[in-house]
Amino acid sequence: MTSKAPVKHSVAPPPATTHYQGEAEHGHDHDDSHVLMHHFDHMEQQRESISLGMWTFLWTEIMMFSGLFFCYALFRWKFYDAYLLGSQQLDITLGTINTFVLLASSMTMALAVHAAQVKNRKALMGYMVGTLIFGGAFLGVKAVEWTADYHEGMVPTFEFMGPRGNWNPALWRTTHHARTDRKPEEATRLAQIKPDSTVTYDFKHKKEVSVQQVKMYFMLYFCMTGLHAIHMIAGVAILLVMLLMAAGGWFTNGNDQPVELFGLYWHFVDIVWVFLFPLLYLIAGFSMFGGAH
Amino acid sequence: MTEVARHETTPGSLAGDRIEDTHETGHHIVPISVYVKVITALMVLLVITLGAAAVDFGKMGLPWLNIVIAMTIAIVKAVLIILYFMHVRYSSKLIWVFSGAAFFWVMLLFVMTLVDYFSRAPSLAY
Repeated sequence: MTSKAPVKHSVAPPPATTHYQGEAEHGHDHDDSHVLMHHFDHMEQQRESISLGMWTFLWTEIMMFSGLFFCYALFRWKFYDAYLLGSQQLDITLGTINTFVLLASSMTMALAVHAAQVKNRKALMGYMVGTLIFGGAFLGVKAVEWTADYHEGMVPTFEFMGPRGNWNPALWRTTHHARTDRKPEEATRLAQIKPDSTVTYDFKHKKEVSVQQVKMYFMLYFCMTGLHAIHMIAGVAILLVMLLMAAGGWFTNGNDQPVELFGLYWHFVDIVWVFLFPLLYLIAGFSMFGGAH
Repeated sequence: MTEVARHETTPGSLAGDRIEDTHETGHHIVPISVYVKVITALMVLLVITLGAAAVDFGKMGLPWLNIVIAMTIAIVKAVLIILYFMHVRYSSKLIWVFSGAAFFWVMLLFVMTLVDYFSRAPSLAY
């Protein structure tokens, strides 16, 4: 123990080998344990190349989600009235809470990046834990919401399975009145949905829509929020590992870029939700308190 | 020993609450005050989204206005997140072009495919 690092590490940080040739070229002395890989000329080039790599990955993500968004747009145009009925089944309160929670998690993630850049290990860990809590809260709310969706007959299942799954238009909300106002015998009728079944509703106006068209809305709802949730789960898992690494001082020794790259991913997932929320929840407007518009 | 000395001097030199151009290391440190302003704007925009959704513009003969307002706000929110949280505002021109091109490309795919669908004869619908 001839040289003691200024920060206490519970796990050994990565080797702090500095490319001294680069140091000499630029003649600065405040830089420390950045690792300049041999195929880059200087840190700036290395950072930009790595960022570009992450953006390339985000391109593929954007393309994947935009396929679903296009599907959504096309069928919204075709089946607007069915979309209106579908979105009325969702809980805007839970959707709003989740939007707040996710925006807050983006804030803590941005602060975590800042903490890594100023080499504050404790702040970095704190903000990472904050992001994990918000991310976990989002997934928790989603789990509650999906469970309710299942019990309210909104999960499209395969026809050949018969009435086993929970796809039941008889359970849907078709007016602004609360669900509990429904007659029990109507709610317990697990309908065999025929291809030409229709549902009549009275929200903004009276309309009769095809159950098959509402099914398209719910297929897209579960695919889009599901794919988004898969990204959240992956993000939380990666962040847990990064938290352990941060505890060992991995990102507060000048090697802060991994935190920034993860931040890019996290913010991207946030952006997806920023679009999903108004598109899925707010089609028919605001009926948070069960009242008319 | 030189490494240890540099280790100790660095945090102080980066702790200022202003945008520091650490040109040699190729990245900027965005001050916390910027993040606070952006998150405030995002929360306000979310409230505006909800407020706009509470108004039924269809009754005023403008049924398209709800979705236009909702999407405009969503795009503003996304741009704020991309520019500040994702640091594109402080990144090189290459990152600017690269990130912008991704969204431009999505727009291109949307427009061209929708042009196809919108311009079909009713008998060829779907």
